[in-house]
Amino acid sequence: MAKPILTIKNLTKKYGENAVFHNIDLTVNEGDTIVIIGPSGTGKSTLLRCVNLLTYANEGQIWLDDMEITAKECDEDRVRQHIGMVFQNFLLFNHLTALDNVMLGLTKVKRMKADAAKEKAMHELNRVGLADRADHYPGQLSGGQQQRVAIARALAMDPRIMLFDEPTSALDPELIGEVLEVMRKLALEGMTMLVVTHEMGFAREVADRIVFLEKGSIVEQGSPDELFYHPKNERTREFLWKITELYGKKEEGK
Amino acid sequence: MDWLKLFQRFLPDFIKGAGVTLELTAVGLVIGFVLGLVLALARSYGPKWLKAIAIGYIELFRGTPLLVQLFLIYYGLPSVGITLSQTISAYLALGLNSAAYQAEYFRGSIQAIGSSQMTAGRAIGLSRWKTIWYVILPQALRLVIPAWSNEPISLLKTTAVVFLIAVQDLMAKAKRAATATYDPIGSYLAVAVVYLVMVFILNWGLKYLERKTVIPGFEMESKKA
Repeated sequence: MAKPILTIKNLTKKYGENAVFHNIDLTVNEGDTIVIIGPSGTGKSTLLRCVNLLTYANEGQIWLDDMEITAKECDEDRVRQHIGMVFQNFLLFNHLTALDNVMLGLTKVKRMKADAAKEKAMHELNRVGLADRADHYPGQLSGGQQQRVAIARALAMDPRIMLFDEPTSALDPELIGEVLEVMRKLALEGMTMLVVTHEMGFAREVADRIVFLEKGSIVEQGSPDELFYHPKNERTREFLWKITELYGKKEEGK
Repeated sequence: MDWLKLFQRFLPDFIKGAGVTLELTAVGLVIGFVLGLVLALARSYGPKWLKAIAIGYIELFRGTPLLVQLFLIYYGLPSVGITLSQTISAYLALGLNSAAYQAEYFRGSIQAIGSSQMTAGRAIGLSRWKTIWYVILPQALRLVIPAWSNEPISLLKTTAVVFLIAVQDLMAKAKRAATATYDPIGSYLAVAVVYLVMVFILNWGLKYLERKTVIPGFEMESKKA
């Protein structure tokens, strides 16, 4: 019954001679939340950017549902409509209010009428708990609020899958919770998500599968329990131990 | 001759000339704005050959005196069969010249808005040109205002060169007053005052524009960006 939404086969990305990652195979099934973890510089972000065609892989294929999006004749603007992306630095349109940020894709890409687009946009802002901030400009919102608007903006396009590229890494500690809460809710609602994060609490609680990426290849993947309590690979154990220590005791006792 | 009397005597003439000067400034600015924006976009986002053309244009018009450009258009073009009136020649020279400078202002602010906003636009499925139109330009055109404000003011004063092809602008009127009164100091000082007043008003208008277009929450752009 598990239907693959995203299928990555044998994907390799190089900058010149240096491979950012190589021969990545990854499948994301409908409704799954997959969390990618790993040290910085191992190609996690680049992998997400490849999936969204913001950069191009050198080898391998990616399918969204049954469509090969790495194919030459593929219309990348169409593909991106179906893939929501949330960035580390929010990347809201600073000259537009929260509402207009969410509406822009609806009116200019989906060509919805203004009132229908507004209704849809308000619905999405409501989903992230920011309906009362609709008239605020990004510069008037906190980081956490900005990131939630960015999530609403991506959700408004009714994507098949949501990509999160370290969505809480640029946030003050006390603002991280509200963003994770929204993501947790999305996962429960059955949204298909591919998340790069260092938030181990979120990974352990929400992920259906955790993928440990290091030096450009997948070292190990499995359920949170498998990875956290019975890692097969020594590197996985070391990394998780390090990062859990770094992020403190709150991760324990579960 | 008493300076004030000279001023009073020639004031109607000066006002007429000032009108011409303002027209020249406005037309030059508009031509320069449209062409400058096209050049900046071509240089920032165009294919290689278009970039090369834009760069060539900008370097050519910034690298040669406006007066040379004006004379080439007014005296030079007739020899290849294009004869333009004095006014049209003046409009064209000022506009083409201003475009090169405005293009560089625009390019600077487009770069400052940066590729990350392009990424954000593309990520929700906007095409490249739609992202430029709906995301990059609205921000770049706001950001550019403080620096760009130099251009209308500089252009207003630069228009003075057109009296050399006998366009009846403020400078031409000053020359006439000087000849009529044998008082060059009084005459040129008088028009200097008129220029100063125009620049002052223009400056005030530009400051107003800057305040009006600021993005809420980004009042201190430089600190937040």
